[in-house]
Parts: sequence; C-alpha cells; structure tokens
Amino acid sequence: MLEIKNLHANVDGREILHGIDLNIRAGEVHALMGPNGSGKSTLSQVLAGRDTYEVTEGSVTYLGRDLLAMKPEERAHLGVFLAFQYPVEIPGVNNTYFLKAALNANRKARGEDPLDAMDFLKLVREKVKLVELDEDLINRPVNEGFSGGEKKRNEIFQMAVLEPKFAVLDETDSGLDIDALKIVANGVNALRGPERAMLVITHYQRLLNHIVPDFVHVLSEGRIVASGGKELALKLEQEGYGWLEAGARQ
Amino acid sequence: MSAIDSFRHQFLEHAGRWHGQEPSWLSLVRREAFERFLDRGFPTTNDEDWRFTNVAPLASMEFSLDAGTGREHGSSLLRSHLGDDWKRHEIVFVNGRFSPELSAIGTLPPGVVVESLASALESHPEEVEAVLSLNPGEGATVFSDLNRAFLADGAFVLVPEGVVVERPIHIVHVSSAERPAVSHPHHIVLVERGAEVRLVESYLGDDGPSYFTNAAAEIVAGSGAKVDHYRIQREGESTFHIGSQRLLQAEGAALQNYSLSLGARLSRIDIHSLLDGEGADLTLNGLYVVKGTQHVDHHTIIDHKKPHGTSRELYKGVLDDAASGVFNGRIIVRPGAQKTNAQQTNKNLLLSEEALVNTNPQLEIEADDVKCAHGATIGQLDKDALFYLRSRGIGREEATSILTRGFIADVSERIRIAAVRDAMRRFVFAEAA
Repeated sequence: MLEIKNLHANVDGREILHGIDLNIRAGEVHALMGPNGSGKSTLSQVLAGRDTYEVTEGSVTYLGRDLLAMKPEERAHLGVFLAFQYPVEIPGVNNTYFLKAALNANRKARGEDPLDAMDFLKLVREKVKLVELDEDLINRPVNEGFSGGEKKRNEIFQMAVLEPKFAVLDETDSGLDIDALKIVANGVNALRGPERAMLVITHYQRLLNHIVPDFVHVLSEGRIVASGGKELALKLEQEGYGWLEAGARQ
Repeated sequence: MSAIDSFRHQFLEHAGRWHGQEPSWLSLVRREAFERFLDRGFPTTNDEDWRFTNVAPLASMEFSLDAGTGREHGSSLLRSHLGDDWKRHEIVFVNGRFSPELSAIGTLPPGVVVESLASALESHPEEVEAVLSLNPGEGATVFSDLNRAFLADGAFVLVPEGVVVERPIHIVHVSSAERPAVSHPHHIVLVERGAEVRLVESYLGDDGPSYFTNAAAEIVAGSGAKVDHYRIQREGESTFHIGSQRLLQAEGAALQNYSLSLGARLSRIDIHSLLDGEGADLTLNGLYVVKGTQHVDHHTIIDHKKPHGTSRELYKGVLDDAASGVFNGRIIVRPGAQKTNAQQTNKNLLLSEEALVNTNPQLEIEADDVKCAHGATIGQLDKDALFYLRSRGIGREEATSILTRGFIADVSERIRIAAVRDAMRRFVFAEAA
C-alpha cells in the first residue's frame, strides 16, 4: 500500500530525515518509535503533505501513485489521514460543519453524492460513540476549549467518520491519562481491518499494550535503526533508547 | 471642470429655484453648509482624517445632479438584494429621489411615519427643522456639509413614544445612472421615548458609469428607546460612496449600529455617535469585505458625554487582492462621564500579500473613573489551520472560505435580523440564494 524509499527531508535547510525505507501493506499496523527529535513528526507531516518540509531525495509510493506529487487534499481524497500530534484550534468554525465539509469534499472527489444533513447526523451519532465524545463538544468550534484528551479523541472521531485507507497517528497517546488512552486505543482498534493500514507513532511503549502492532520500527536521528515484531517495543521499554543511539553512531 | 467647480455651478443654479419653494430656514442651512464646504474644499492626504484615503479621483470628476431614470435596473437590483420572504416596511429611493413605484411601506402601527423627507418637510416641518438645524458639530465633514447643501430627499421615519414597530423598516437607495452623477440622500430617523424599531439602510448600485453617493443619516434615540440599525453598502465597482452617520442617544437609550461595507470603488463611512444621556448603551459593529482594488474606510467617533454609558465596538475586515482598508476609531470620555465602560476592537484578515490596512484606535479620556479598552490586529490566514483543513480533504479555496467564516463568526452573529444575516453570507461567500 505504502512504499517509502530512501526518503530525505529538510526543514529550513537542515536535513531531518536521512534516508527512510519503509513498506506498509494493507491490513498491517506498524509502530514507529523513537526519542524526541528523531524525525517521527517530520515523517508524519511529510506524508500528509505539509509544505514547510522539503523532500530532497527518495520517493513515497501510495497505492501505486507518487504521493509526494499530490496536494494535501488529494492525499486525503485517496484515503490518507493524519491524526495530528497538536490538533489545531479553529475559532468560529463549528466542528461538525468542518467535518461535513471534509467528508463531502472526499465524497465529491470520489464521484459520490454528498451526504445530506440527516444522513450525516446519523453517521456522526454512530461514530461519536466509538470515542465517547460528548455530542455537545463536537458542535463547538474545532478543538477550541477542548482538553488535551478531547482533542486527541476528536482526531480519532474524524478518522472514524472519514474512514481512511492509510492513517498516521502522530503521538496520539501523548498527554493522555490511562482512561483516555484506553478510549483512544479502543477507537483505533475498532477501525482496524484488512483494507486499512496504520502507522502509529509513539514515544512510549504503553500505547502498544492497547494497540498491538504487527511491526515495530525504531527511528533515531532520521534513520530507521531497528525493525522487528512487537517484542522490540518491550525491549525499548526495558532498556531505553540508549543502546540504539550508541549503535547508530558506531 | 473639477468636482468643486461643478458643485459651485450646480449650487448657484439651484439656489434660485429652492428659494421661495422651501422654508427660509432650510435655505439658510444649505447656504451655511455650502460655505463651510467651500472653505474647506475636498480633503487631501495631508489632512490627518484622510491620510490613507485619497479622494483625488473623486475631486477631479464632474458629477451631474441628473442621473436619468434608472428605474428598470433599480427594481432588479432590489429583488436580488435581501430577497422577498421577510416582512418589512420598505421605502425606496432611486438616484436620490423617492420612488413610490418601488416602495412598499405597508400598514404601520398607529402614529408611525415612514415617508420621504420631501413630504416630511410639509407634514412634520418642526421635527425636520429641529434635526437639520442642530449644530453640525465635530462630526461634520466636508461631505456631510455638501450633503446638506444639496439636500433633496431621503427617508423620514418617526416612531412615537412607547410604540414598538415589529417589522424592520427598510430604507433603500439605488444608484443606477446613465451618466456620471451624484446624489445626496439624507435620512432622518426619530425614535421617541421608550419606542423600539429595527432599521435596515441599504445602498445598491450597478456597475454602470461612475457614481457618487453622498449619503447622510441622522438617528435620534429618545430616553429608553431601542434601535437596531443595519447599514448595508453594496454599490457598483465604479462608485464613490460616502456615508455620514450621526447617532444621538438620550438617557438609557440602547442603540446598535452595524455597518456592512462590501461594494464601491472607494467608500468612506463617518459615524459620529453622541451618548448624550445617562446610562446610554451603544453597540457599533462593522464588517468590511473588499477585493480587487477597492478601498474602504470607517471613521468612528464615540463621544461619551454623560455618566454610566456603555459602548462596545467590534469592526472586522477581510481584504483580498490589492484592496485597502482603514479603520479609525476614536473614543472620547468627557469630564463627568464617570463609570463609562467602553470597549473597542478592530481585527483584520489579509488574504493576499498586496492587501493593506491601516488601523488606528484612539482613546481620549477626560474622566477618572472609567473602564476603557481597545485593541487592533492585522493578520493572515493561520497556516496551521489551513493545512489541517486541507489534510482532511478540503481544497485550498474552500478551506480559505471556511477560515474566513470562522474569522467573522462573532461579528456575523451580531446581525439579529435573519434575512440580513443570510444575505450577508450570500454576498460575502458568493453562495446561491
């Protein structure tokens, strides 16, 4: 589904990603772990199409197409979704209004009829249960006045409504208490399926107790330095990142 | 011939005709106003109040007082304005003249008057004289003097003591000229003690020859009166639009004035608001949305003269392409106007690199027990928010429109007449009706 080859990316002329290779097939959940500053968020932003990052080398092929040549909205139309590490607050823009505009923009791009208000409301009622968000909250301005946990749940709620094919979850666990973490994880697990792939980015192993990955990769200084099964996450939990960084430098 | 020469010519030509056909006090009001106009002439960008608004293109033109009929066009502009499915009393002027054919005043509550100013000079001479003979004072500009000098028609609204008018009163001016022309509509609204009224004042026009609308309105709110007033300017792209508004509030009067400026090549609105009674409550709202090479300027003066007054001012602007804007807001708190509470905010969103805005909030406080705050911002679209929307599949253009809606959401909600609010969204976001 997604093939990243030798990906190099800069921010403000400074190279952050020094050649990433990663293959993700439909139905798989990959975890990407790594210390702060290793390039995890840069990778997620590059995949979603943020223009402050400049790709200098390498390629990303998604469903057989050149992902990097597409605008952010075109990527979304083809099923790419990023759950933001820091969801943006948008004063004055109603959350459901925004989500309806997004869903219908995706449907239009796929040649489907827009959902009318009634059908959309039905969909929202069904999906909002997944993440146990207050219906009151989802009618407020986008993320404005939301707690950290509510913002993250709102990301997963949007993902549930938009039903992407490939989702990147960028540190969705950061700032969550254990109850919120379980709610988010349950929401994500409910969306796992043979047609859908996910890249779960996290600093900590604890999320992976709840979202069990098929593969774990460790990112350090802009390179993937280790890949393995879910047991790799446990090793990191016990031994920290030190051994990898020492290894990477040699 | 420059504008000033042609106005001098027109004034001399008409003075003889007016004389004898109108009360002598009115001829005096005209003459004094015209003398003040000639003394000052058109402002230049050396004048502090006109630093960022250059009226040289207007001053170099010649405008006829006779625009032709323009009636056919007038009715189609009117139909596409606020729609037909809202109940209102409507009085319409075309090129400065009352149009009985286009007006639909309907049945008014007992004692309420909605008629042309020309008729009111016959039916309510004392009331009209009282307003027009008021000292023009600090709020008078060269253009409000010019308006008085050539005063011909406009709306006259009188709501007697204690009367509540349920349906909004819609005062419409349509400019639709066959040649470069000027009109000087002058509206007078008197809302007596304890009365309540909602007003919509609209200026419409087509994209024909250059037109100069030099409008004036005077709203007087008596003790405890409630006035909710919307001014919508959507004139054609070659129009010069000048609006002089004088608002006068007595004790405990509550007044909302809302300026929605969307059209014209150059528009300048001067609002002079006098809180001349204890406990008067004023809300000034404004929204200007311009593009291309449009220029829009709002100058507001809020003059707190008596204690326990409240004023809230919120103006927002959205400027695209090479459009430019000015907001100048002065709040004056006179000695003795203790316990005044005045809040003023101006926020601007620039949608292009070329768009430009000058904002200048001013406080002049001469009392010591007051609460006053003001703030102004100029910003661009939030790039993070734009990316967030696009990452969800919303294209750049729609995302820009959604964020613009978000930016003006608070000032949009302050439009309390649904037909006006819906129409505003239609005009600003080019939505289908």
